[in-house]
Amino acid sequence: MSKEEVVLLDFWASPFCGRVRIALAEKGVEYQNREEDVLGSKSELLLNSNPIHKKVPVLLHNGKPVCESTVIVNYIDEAWPSRPLLPTCPYERARARFWGDFIDKKIFEGGTKIWSSKGEALEVGKKDFIEILKQLEGTLGEKDFFCGDNFGFVDILLIPLTTWFYAYEKFGGFKVEDECPKFSVWVKRCMQRESVAKALPEPEKVYEAVLMLRKMNGIE
Amino acid sequence: MAEEVKLFRTWSSPFALRIVWALKIKGIEYETIFEDLSDKSPSLLQYNPAHKKIPVLVHSGKPIAESYVILEYIDETWKETPLLPEDPYERAMARFWAKFGDDKVLTSIVWGVFIKEGKEQEEAMVEAMKNLWFLEEELRGKKFFGGERIGFVDLALGWLANLINILEDVAGQKIVDEDKFPLLSAWMKDFANSPIIKDNWPPRVQMIAKFRALRDAKLAAAASSK
Repeated sequence: MSKEEVVLLDFWASPFCGRVRIALAEKGVEYQNREEDVLGSKSELLLNSNPIHKKVPVLLHNGKPVCESTVIVNYIDEAWPSRPLLPTCPYERARARFWGDFIDKKIFEGGTKIWSSKGEALEVGKKDFIEILKQLEGTLGEKDFFCGDNFGFVDILLIPLTTWFYAYEKFGGFKVEDECPKFSVWVKRCMQRESVAKALPEPEKVYEAVLMLRKMNGIE
Repeated sequence: MAEEVKLFRTWSSPFALRIVWALKIKGIEYETIFEDLSDKSPSLLQYNPAHKKIPVLVHSGKPIAESYVILEYIDETWKETPLLPEDPYERAMARFWAKFGDDKVLTSIVWGVFIKEGKEQEEAMVEAMKNLWFLEEELRGKKFFGGERIGFVDLALGWLANLINILEDVAGQKIVDEDKFPLLSAWMKDFANSPIIKDNWPPRVQMIAKFRALRDAKLAAAASSK
């Protein structure tokens, strides 16, 4: 049996990389983690593995690169089929993929509007962001996790993005717990999982990184 | 038991067309409901409250939205003539290229080159050409993006095979030059003339009118904001 080589081109603060770290941990896959200097100079390996986007995360499985975090999480689920991350029924899988896509389209971009704006634009950004979280709260309902009793695909796509929420709260002057209490309960539930707790950075550290990003973009 | 399949679409949406192709390629019978996006039906709002967009597939009363989500659902539910490959790595590549098609190729061509003019258009062309070149390279050694026969990525990028020519006519700007992109040009012809695909293009005259109106509106808006 040949030994499989799994390498993750990573960046500590990236929620997209966080998704991959969690998925690999959930599947019990051993891998080598290579931290990339994304704001400085990117490695040859990264530029060769992801020539189109030149971004992290990149998963290298026996040398073959997979790019785009949602594509990678799907790949991990299919390449290591035990402990499935998606439901078995096609309709439930479609629902999971739909909400995964919703999260991909709305959360990070919505949050960016908060930390990179001021005044009226910031207020609009904050209002829109809370509305998005309320929609997610609605789809979560009374369930423990987005697809039911088991932590899975949708939770993995969303939970790392919440490490940036502290920064949004500081700049936006609001608290997610006050606006969306059920959502906060789900966050705490996910953070109790070892795979999640070990994979994600401290929100306070992310806040410091966002402060630096604001400075770099000329926002006071 | 007859399964009821309904597709909510518009006459022109390239995203909805992907679903038409997939259903017909798999020989699935379905009912079409055409939507007027300026006056959305209560059914559409009920079936896709999050985005209120088409396409929406309704299978035995259960709605699915987002074209790539629908394609994967169709592929998993009706297993004949598979759209996605079996191998996990090949599936990942297909999903990657489909995403690239919408995020980069479509965006840089329609919302970049097509709705601009002058120097702004020239700059947008650089980005669009870069993206098209990646597609050209991906076709090397293959007839279709799916290999010997049409697959997921061909359906995802299929809009190119019909819309590019329309955009070029309206904007008076060559986008896919046969000399620069021989493989992509050949693929566009092969795909456009493939069985099923060739019978389902939207009417050209209406498409020209629609996209002319879009370009005029966007250019006017840009001019008035200067």
